[in-house]
Amino acid sequence: MYIEPHAHMVSRTTDDYEKLAIAGCEVLCEPAFWAGFDRSSPAGFFDYFRQLTDYEPKRAAKYGIKHYCWLCINPKEADDPVFAREVMALIPQFLDCPTVLGIGEIGLNKNTRNELAIFEEHVQLAVDRDLPILIHTPHLEDKLKGTRLILESLAGFSKLDRAKVIVDHVEEHTIAQVLDAGYWAGMTLYPHSKCSPNRAIDMLEVYGSERLWMNSACDWGVSDPLAVPRCILEMKKRQHTAAAIEQIVYHNPRKFLSQSPRFV
Amino acid sequence: MPTKKELLDLQFIEARHKLIDLAAFLDRIDRHPGADDFRYAALQAAIPILLSERPDRARGVLDALSDHSHEPIPKAAFQGALGAAQPG
Ligand SMILES: [Zn+2]
Repeated sequence: MYIEPHAHMVSRTTDDYEKLAIAGCEVLCEPAFWAGFDRSSPAGFFDYFRQLTDYEPKRAAKYGIKHYCWLCINPKEADDPVFAREVMALIPQFLDCPTVLGIGEIGLNKNTRNELAIFEEHVQLAVDRDLPILIHTPHLEDKLKGTRLILESLAGFSKLDRAKVIVDHVEEHTIAQVLDAGYWAGMTLYPHSKCSPNRAIDMLEVYGSERLWMNSACDWGVSDPLAVPRCILEMKKRQHTAAAIEQIVYHNPRKFLSQSPRFV
Repeated sequence: MPTKKELLDLQFIEARHKLIDLAAFLDRIDRHPGADDFRYAALQAAIPILLSERPDRARGVLDALSDHSHEPIPKAAFQGALGAAQPG
């Protein structure tokens, strides 16, 4: 039994839900993100938000999986601030849907000024409504700078509850600064190109499991919906106890996500 | 916690495979025509970190392959990432 706290199921087929269910996935959370191509109008996002709040929960329920989501305009499509604000104006009408947990995954992609401005407008929206925040950090060479910019920006929000913010896709060069600043950190397991299960387990051993979770972030690209169960297998091989495994793949995500009253 | 021997039993073959693959990649790049590339130079610059005594070599390699500038940029030239910071 485990929780997949970050998966983009709109890009996956229904047999992935079946595989997740067979592997023991009980709850799955889907942050709003890029769907592999740039949407040409806010109406495209309106339908995407309907899919996240209405269609995917029903599709997941057929396999006994509870589906929650996070809403925002993702950083990859947020570099045009006029367009981004039109999409943001659609978000409030969806925030009262029973499976919406908070604002995410917001963040940075190429560390541009416009991305940062739209990121801060999302953070303000979350602070105003007392919602949890899920943050995407850029990949590869952009991650270190993007993580620094995000942390510097968050430090300017005096009313922000840091325990309600998770900074996702951390790696060995960013995890310490995220945890030291009081935020939760997410480790994303990729088949190749980024963090592997063994590296995630190393970070767990070095930094402890207090404010960490693991996810697959499976999406339209090369990714693995079963990355979390595969990591569980690696943890067993490396002699982690059943209790330690349950802590990281079940109790930790439950603890963070329970800060949303919607998460039951 | 597994011992060194237990970890080697588990993962040595995989690490050996990755090391040989990296060596073959370097040979392959050298063998093929074309101009020098900042990514290849970044990889070469990061390799000595593997032999250093520090306890956080993975972090060292990631740092070496990161953009260390501080200011947000006015406009992105493209949407994705290349894996190493472009000089200048
Ligand atoms: Zn994602």
